[in-house]
Amino acid sequence: MDFLRPDTLAEALALKAEHPDAVPIAGGTDVMVELNFDHRRPAALLDLTRVAELRQWSERAGVVRLGSGVPYARVIDELGGALPGLAAASRTVGSPQIRNRGTVGGNLGAASPAGDAHPVLLTVDAVVEAVSARGTRLIPATEFYLGVKRNALEPDELIAAVLIPRARGPQQFCKVGTRNAMVIAVCSFAIALHPAAARVAAAIGSAAPTPRRASAAEEFLSGELTAADQWRSPRPLPEPVRRRFGELVAEAASPIDDVRGTAAYRGHALAVLARRALGWAWQDYQDHRDRWGGSV
Amino acid sequence: MRVDVTVNGEARRADDVWEGESLLFLLRERLGLPGAKNACEQGECGSCTVYLDDVPVCACLVAAGQAHGREVRTVEGLAVGDELDPVQEAFVEAGAVQCGFCTPGLVVAAHDLLNRVAAPSDPEIREALAGNLCRCTGYEKILDAVRLAARRR
Repeated sequence: MDFLRPDTLAEALALKAEHPDAVPIAGGTDVMVELNFDHRRPAALLDLTRVAELRQWSERAGVVRLGSGVPYARVIDELGGALPGLAAASRTVGSPQIRNRGTVGGNLGAASPAGDAHPVLLTVDAVVEAVSARGTRLIPATEFYLGVKRNALEPDELIAAVLIPRARGPQQFCKVGTRNAMVIAVCSFAIALHPAAARVAAAIGSAAPTPRRASAAEEFLSGELTAADQWRSPRPLPEPVRRRFGELVAEAASPIDDVRGTAAYRGHALAVLARRALGWAWQDYQDHRDRWGGSV
Repeated sequence: MRVDVTVNGEARRADDVWEGESLLFLLRERLGLPGAKNACEQGECGSCTVYLDDVPVCACLVAAGQAHGREVRTVEGLAVGDELDPVQEAFVEAGAVQCGFCTPGLVVAAHDLLNRVAAPSDPEIREALAGNLCRCTGYEKILDAVRLAARRR
């Protein structure tokens, strides 16, 4: 096995082009488990932890460019205001030790259906910045997840960053597991309100081969909110609307029975998560509509 | 491959390190530091918690090569000579140790918490130790130990 240790992104891309089968490793929270348990023997490891460019974030014109190597602990400490949904998901990842090492870039690279960042990225119009020695490719999160642990990256590409617009409305994330820490999601849910566009985005995790948007639920709720003029003068949501939204979110799933839970439980739990998360997000909008810049 | 790493303030070198090896294996099997324990090898139990450049991590999830040129502090590096760190002392006094296997990881995690938060609340202590499993104590004595150490520091 080779251990490749680039110091710059340019070096990393040259090495990845030369060794397309090299497995990138950052926090190691997925890759090292596979090595420790002999599930994987890659020809090479490509250590990205020395590449300073990947460990930075910046904000320009209302868009956060989050380097793929920024650990969850820093997303929580530094980006809770700009990216509340992603920060909420980051708080639920593993334990302090895991959050100190694990990265959003690693979540995307592994593309596990249970990755905590994914549902959020799907609701906030995130774009994955994939780079190779050939150039840069911008892949919307909605087109990034192709299957269980399969993503849209080419063999010579690395994830440099994720581009995420600063929140313009309330965002929530929640997940179900056996305890509050160290939990791989049995199912998870993210919602983002986009008042300026009079639109709701919702996505589910760990309940289908890939994380995915709940489009029918989004259209239903967006339609209800607009029809009732709720964006301009928000009032409590009628219970039937919240309930129907939860049902439609559950219908977006194609869950399986596995060691973490049954398909039936996942469907039930998703409906509950969606109803609750909508309640929190809508309360936030009612209470702080001014902060979200008014709307249509 | 060769790995040069500063461990507990001392420059150490290991040769013929396998490229897929963990920092935990390097510490225990090559550098003779068995304080960090090997249990789950998947980041679930926290028994192998060490500082890597002052940040607590699971040593089983760090590739040995990633520690090259960096600083590691293990539980062996917390005491000064024969003088135990206040966190270690508090674990002994509070009876927070039964079989002792999880103790090194818990001590490092608690040490880090008290470096960041001088007087942590109970929820803060629970959150900070959420990644460290103990199968003997039921955690109550461990919480006592952290509260005691916080009062003394």
